[in-house]
Amino acid sequence: MRAPPFAYARADSLDDALMLLAEAGDEAKLLAGGQSLLPLLAFRVVRPTHLVDIDALGTLAGIQQVSDGLRIGALTRHDTLARADLTGGERLLAVAASHVGHVPIRMRGTIGGSVAHADPSAELPAALLALDAHVLVRSATGERTIRAAEMFVGPFTTALAPDEVLVAVIVPTVARSCRHGFGEFAVRSGDFALASVAVVVSVDGGNADRARIVLGGVDATPIRATGAEAVLTGSELTDEVIDEAAATAAAECDPAEDATTTAAYRRRLVARLVRDALAQARDKGSG
Amino acid sequence: MSTWTAATDPLRVDLTLNGNEVSLEAGVRWTLADAVRAHGLTGTHLGCEHGVCGACTVLLDGQPVRACLVLAPQASGRRVDTVEALGTPDELHPVQEALLEARGLQCGFCTPGFAVLAAWLREQRPDAGPAEVREVLSSNLCRCTGYGPIVKAVSGR
Repeated sequence: MRAPPFAYARADSLDDALMLLAEAGDEAKLLAGGQSLLPLLAFRVVRPTHLVDIDALGTLAGIQQVSDGLRIGALTRHDTLARADLTGGERLLAVAASHVGHVPIRMRGTIGGSVAHADPSAELPAALLALDAHVLVRSATGERTIRAAEMFVGPFTTALAPDEVLVAVIVPTVARSCRHGFGEFAVRSGDFALASVAVVVSVDGGNADRARIVLGGVDATPIRATGAEAVLTGSELTDEVIDEAAATAAAECDPAEDATTTAAYRRRLVARLVRDALAQARDKGSG
Repeated sequence: MSTWTAATDPLRVDLTLNGNEVSLEAGVRWTLADAVRAHGLTGTHLGCEHGVCGACTVLLDGQPVRACLVLAPQASGRRVDTVEALGTPDELHPVQEALLEARGLQCGFCTPGFAVLAAWLREQRPDAGPAEVREVLSSNLCRCTGYGPIVKAVSGR
């Protein structure tokens, strides 16, 4: 179906986008790659009065090392991120990006769009939370940062204000020396995952020193499995420890039922995915 | 500051379409697929119109995209190649020839999308193995063939 009516403007700079957004009021939406927004418009699930098109703002795209970590411009496409030369835990982002949708979706979809859309089962929000990343946002009145842990408020809901533009994602430097693992299960390739898991583990002298285990698709937002994280802390990543962490994660999450998937099934997926992601982190997750 | 185009105002989209500089007339809410079809290039098929089926796959600046998930004005100043740029009825693109040879189509509705995607894959990733071919083709839906003949046409096995 054709989208409901909206006024359209193509921004030619970030400042231009901020002015357009401020002028358009609370019912405006930013349009970037459009891979989530255009389907929502086609279904008429959303009815914005104005669309501010930032898709062509090249200055918001690109990946660079900065003083406080890795900076990924909001308009960096999933395909670019998936192929980026990242090291250590930062590679989690590339792996997560490679799982988003299909090739033509990844050519257009952006990290900023995925984070601002905040689908509970989306890969990149889970990866950001696992990496303890933060996002940089701008409005006409200034700039602020929002930690991933505060960014995702509910399904398709973030801490962004209507007049704010997500400018970049910053992954702290410490991620580079960590290990990572990722996995998800979807019924068909490219579908939204029934459950997904992203893990980042720092290993010190053979033992897990700090671990972040994030579950996607099982709650209103990506969530940390803090009980499972506690199992790992200070322990060697043996098969037994990994199994215990997996069982703990499955027990502590509280997934919803839907028409095709029971909560019990999602818990079993979580257990398996946590186990596999931690084994990945232990065996090959440093590159 | 850039100016607003109202929902009911017509809009011109200047782009390079199959190698020709053209100026398409479009509405604000039109997708790129709507705009190329209104221009007479009806080889780009609209199936689901929400980014699931891939029948409308075109190349945008050389990359495969769903033309139903690009707003027409977003293609402004860019290069778009549709299935019409692949081959002619008398001179099919090798990928179209292979689809024909392997019986990779029946009703043909999804074929333009598969052909554009497969031609891109063969040109840009000539070393893609069977797994990568399947992964790329999994992007598009076909309700006739069961996919086997399409995979065979594109991977040669």
